[in-house]
Amino acid sequence: MDELSRSLGLLLSEQILAVASLVLLLVVAWVGDKSSRVVSIVAVAVLVACAFFAGDTLDAGLVGTARLAFYGQFSADAFAAFAKLLIYLSAAAVLMVSPGFFGRLDAMRGEFPVLVLMAVLGMNLMVSANDFMSLYIGLELNSLAAYVLAAFLRNDERSAEAGLKYFVLGGLASGILLFGMSLTYGFTGSTNFDAVAVALSGDLSTGAMFGLIFVLAGLAFKISAVPFHMWTPDVYEGAPTPVTMFFATAPKVAALTLTMRVALDAFGAQIGAWQQIVIFVSLASIVVGALGAIGQTSIKRLLAYSSINNIGFLLIGLAAGTVAGASAMLIYLVIYVLMSIAGFLIVLMLKDADGNPVEAIADLAGLSRSHPALAWALLAVMFSLAGIPPLFGFWGKFVVFQAAVEADLLVLAALGIAASVIGAFYYIKVIKIAFFDEPAGRVAGSNDWTHKGLLLVMALLISPLGYLLTPWLDGLADKAAAALFLIA
Amino acid sequence: MDGFPILSIMLAVPLLAAIACFFVSDSAARFIALVATLIDLALGIVMWASYDIGGAQWQFTERADLFAGFSYALGIDGIALMLIMLSVFLMPICIGASWNSIKTRVGEYMAAFLLMEMLMIGVFAAQDLFLFYIFFEAGLIPMYLIIGVWGGDNRIYASYKFFLYTLLGSVLMLIAMFWMVAEAGTASIPALMTTDFPAGAQTWLWLAFFASFAVKMPMWPVHTWLPDAHVQAPTAGSVILAGVLLKMGGYGFIRFSLPMFPEASAQFAWLVFALSMIAVVYTSLVALVQSDMKKLIAYSSVAHMGIVTAALFAFNVQGLEGAMIVMLSHGLVSGALFLCVGVIYDRLHTREIDRYGGLSISMPKYAVFFLLFTMASIGLPGTSGFVGEFLGLTGIYLASSWVALICTTGIILGAAYMLYLYRRVAFGDQRNADAAAMPDLSMREWLMMVPLALAVLWMGVYPESFLAPMRADVALLDARLAAAAPEGDAHLVVGEAPPPVADTHEAGAH
Repeated sequence: MDELSRSLGLLLSEQILAVASLVLLLVVAWVGDKSSRVVSIVAVAVLVACAFFAGDTLDAGLVGTARLAFYGQFSADAFAAFAKLLIYLSAAAVLMVSPGFFGRLDAMRGEFPVLVLMAVLGMNLMVSANDFMSLYIGLELNSLAAYVLAAFLRNDERSAEAGLKYFVLGGLASGILLFGMSLTYGFTGSTNFDAVAVALSGDLSTGAMFGLIFVLAGLAFKISAVPFHMWTPDVYEGAPTPVTMFFATAPKVAALTLTMRVALDAFGAQIGAWQQIVIFVSLASIVVGALGAIGQTSIKRLLAYSSINNIGFLLIGLAAGTVAGASAMLIYLVIYVLMSIAGFLIVLMLKDADGNPVEAIADLAGLSRSHPALAWALLAVMFSLAGIPPLFGFWGKFVVFQAAVEADLLVLAALGIAASVIGAFYYIKVIKIAFFDEPAGRVAGSNDWTHKGLLLVMALLISPLGYLLTPWLDGLADKAAAALFLIA
Repeated sequence: MDGFPILSIMLAVPLLAAIACFFVSDSAARFIALVATLIDLALGIVMWASYDIGGAQWQFTERADLFAGFSYALGIDGIALMLIMLSVFLMPICIGASWNSIKTRVGEYMAAFLLMEMLMIGVFAAQDLFLFYIFFEAGLIPMYLIIGVWGGDNRIYASYKFFLYTLLGSVLMLIAMFWMVAEAGTASIPALMTTDFPAGAQTWLWLAFFASFAVKMPMWPVHTWLPDAHVQAPTAGSVILAGVLLKMGGYGFIRFSLPMFPEASAQFAWLVFALSMIAVVYTSLVALVQSDMKKLIAYSSVAHMGIVTAALFAFNVQGLEGAMIVMLSHGLVSGALFLCVGVIYDRLHTREIDRYGGLSISMPKYAVFFLLFTMASIGLPGTSGFVGEFLGLTGIYLASSWVALICTTGIILGAAYMLYLYRRVAFGDQRNADAAAMPDLSMREWLMMVPLALAVLWMGVYPESFLAPMRADVALLDARLAAAAPEGDAHLVVGEAPPPVADTHEAGAH
C-alpha cells in the first residue's frame, strides 16, 4: 500500500467532514435558508458518523509510524481520537440548540451548520497535528470559521463587535504563534514534532527557548489562559449564545489538547523549561478567573470567567508533565465540556415572556420557585463547576490535583485548591440568587423538548450518577494519555 | 448480622426518601421524612443491639471497589456507632421540630434534611479516605440551602460564611489525603490508622487536617461562622448543626489526626491547649453578654467544644472517653436547648431574651424541660454533662494542671450564663403580655422533649451503656498514642489501698 492511500485511510473522518461541508454549502447556496434545518440534521448525522471512526481509532490505539499520515504531518492516535470525540459531542450539541435560538430572531441561515463543520474539520487537524505546519493550517481553518460564527447575528452590534474583537486578537495570537514556530524551526531545523523533540533533547539554546515561549504564548491565547484571556469575556458576551457554547467547548478542547501535544511531545524533552510558565499561567488563570467573575452581572460573562478559571485547573495537570497528569486533564476536559454545555443550555433556556433571552444574573432571582427543574439543574452545574462533591465536577479536580501531588507539585496543588474557594464564592452567589431571593418574575418562557432532553442528559451526567462512567472514562483517558508518551 | 448491609440500607433509606420528597405534596413530604428517619432510628437501634462489644474492631463492614481510585468501604467501631446513634436519634426530632414551622417549599426542605442525614451517617461510617471526604464536603450543599432558604433575616450572610469557611478549611485536607494515599499506597482508613508517616511529613499533614477540623469543630479563632449560622438557621438546622455537624470535627481528630499523626499531635498539643483555653474562657464570657438566646447557646457550644479538644489532646483514656461523652452529651443537650428556643420562637417569633420572662408561670411543663437541659449544659451530676466534663477534665488534669484549671473555669462560667439565661426567660415577673399568653407544650413538642430528656438522664446516671462500646477503641487509640504522649505535670502516685476495716460489713453489703 503506498503512502497516499494509507494516509487517506487514516484521514477518513477528515475527508468526510471536508466533503460533507462542501456539499452542504452547495445545497445551502442552491436551496437557500429554508434548508437550514435539514442541513443541521445532516451535519449532526455527519458528526455521529465521524464519531464512530474516532471510536475505532481510539480502540485501535495505533502507535509508532503506523499512526502517522502524510510523512509525519498528521497523527491518528488514541489521544487525537479522544479529543475528536469530545469535539463532535460539543459541536452536535451546538447544532441541536442553534435552530431554536436563531429561528426566533429569523436569523437561522444554512451557513451556520456548514461553518460549524468547517471549524470541526480545523479542530480535527489541530488535535491530530504532528507538525507545526499542519497545526497552523488546522488552527487557522478553525479560527476563520469561528470569527464568522461570532459575528453571525450581523444586524446585532454586540455580535459584530465580538466577531471583530475575536478576529483582531486571534490574528495577533496567530502572529505570535507563527513567530514562535519560525524560531523553533530556525533553531531545531524541523517543523515536525518528533524531529523537534529529538533536536531539543540536549541543552536548550536561547533561541529555541524564545521559540518555545512564543509558541506557548500563542497557544495560551487560544485556550484563553491568563495573561492572554482579555478577549474571552467580551467575545463570550457578544457572540450569539449557541456560538458562545461552541467557543466554550470544542475549540477549548482542541486548543488545549494541541497545547498538551506541543508541550509534551515537541517540547517534551524540556519540561523544566516550560513547567514554571505553565504553573504561573495556571495559578494566574485560577485566581483571575475567580476574581474577575465576582463583579459580573451577565451570566455569559460569568461563564466566560468560569472557563478561564477551569483552564487554570486543567493546566495543573499539564504542569505535572506525567501520564497521570495528561490523563487527568482529559478526564477534566470531558467533565468541563459536559458542565459547559449544561451551563449554556440553561442560559439558552432562560427567556422572558416574549421569548427574549434573559442574560442578567439578577433576573434569575427566585428561579427555584418559577422553574424548579431549571433551578436545580443550575444548582448542579454551579456546584459542579465549583468542584463540590458529590457532583461530577469534583472528580475532575480530584484527578488533576491527585496527579499534581503525585508529581510532587505540592505547593501548586495547595495554592490551586485554596484559590478554588474564591471561585466557589461566585458560584454560590448564583445559587443564592436563584434559590434564596424573592422571584423577579422575569424568566417566563417555555422551552422545546430538544433543550429539555439535552439538559436532562447533561444534568444526569454531572450529577453523582456521572461517577458510574468513571471506570470507562479512566480507561479511555489513560489509553489516550499514554499515546502522547509513546513517541517512537 | 453477617452479610446484611445495614449501613448501606441506613444510607439508602434517607436518600430514596429525599428523592421522593421532591415529587410529593407538602403533607406527604413531612410524613415521608418522618417515616424514613424513624426507620433509620430503628435500624440504628438494631445495629447498636447487635454490635458485638469486645468483638472485632470494625464491624458491619462492607466493601466494593466502585470506581478507579477509591472504593465504597463502610464499617464502624464503637466511636462511630455512638455518633451514628446520635445522628439517627436527633433526626426524627428535627423533622418534628419543622412540622409546623416550615410552611414554604416543604418537599425541598425535607429532602435537604434527609440528604443531610445520609451524609452524616456516611461520614461516620466511611472507611475509605476519599469516600469520607465526599460525605464530609457534600454536607455543605444541603446545609447551605437550609440556612439560605429557610433561615432568618440575615440568612444570606450566614450561609455564605458557613459555606466558604468550611470549604476553605477542608480543601487543604484533600491535598494532604492525596499525599497520604500516594505514600501509603492505600486509601483504607483502618490501614492508614496504623501507618507510621515520617515525622517531618506528619507536621504538614496534621496542619492540613487541623485546618479542616478546627473550622468544623469550631475552635477559636475560626469559630465566628458558628454563631451566625446557628442564629440564622431554622430550629431544626441549628439542632443538626450543634448536634451532629460539630461532632464531625471531633470525630476527625479522633479518627484521623490522633491515630494517623501521633507525633505531630503531641508536637502541636500546646497549640490545641492554648486555643481551647481561650475558647473556653473567651466564648463563655461572650455568651454571658448575649441578648439573643440562640447566639448564647451557640457560644456555649464553642466553649464546650473547647473542653472536647483539650481533652482529646490530653493523650489518655480519661481524656478520650471524656471528650466522646461531652460530644454525645452536647449533641443531645444543645440540640434540646435549640428546640427549647424553637418552641417559644414559634410562638412569639423573636429570640430576644428580654421579650420573655416568667415563663414558668404560664408554661410550667416547658420550664421543667428547659431547666433540665440548662442543668445538663452546666454539668449537674445526674445529667449527661457531668459525666463527660468530669472525665474530660480528669484527663486534662493528668496532662497539665494549668490547662485543667483554666478549662474548669468554663464550668463555672457555664453555670453563670446558663442560669442567667434561665432566670431571665423562665423566672421573674411576666413583663410581656404576649409572652405570658403563650400556651404550654403541645403534644408534638412533648414528644420531642421526652426522648431527649430521657437520653440525657440515662447518660448521666448510667454512662456505661455509652462507654462500653467505645472502651476497646479508646484503649487501642491510647496504646497508639502512648509512644508519643508527652509526660503530664500531675505526677500522680497510686496510693496504697486502705486496709480492709470491716470485712463483715463488706460481705453483708453484697
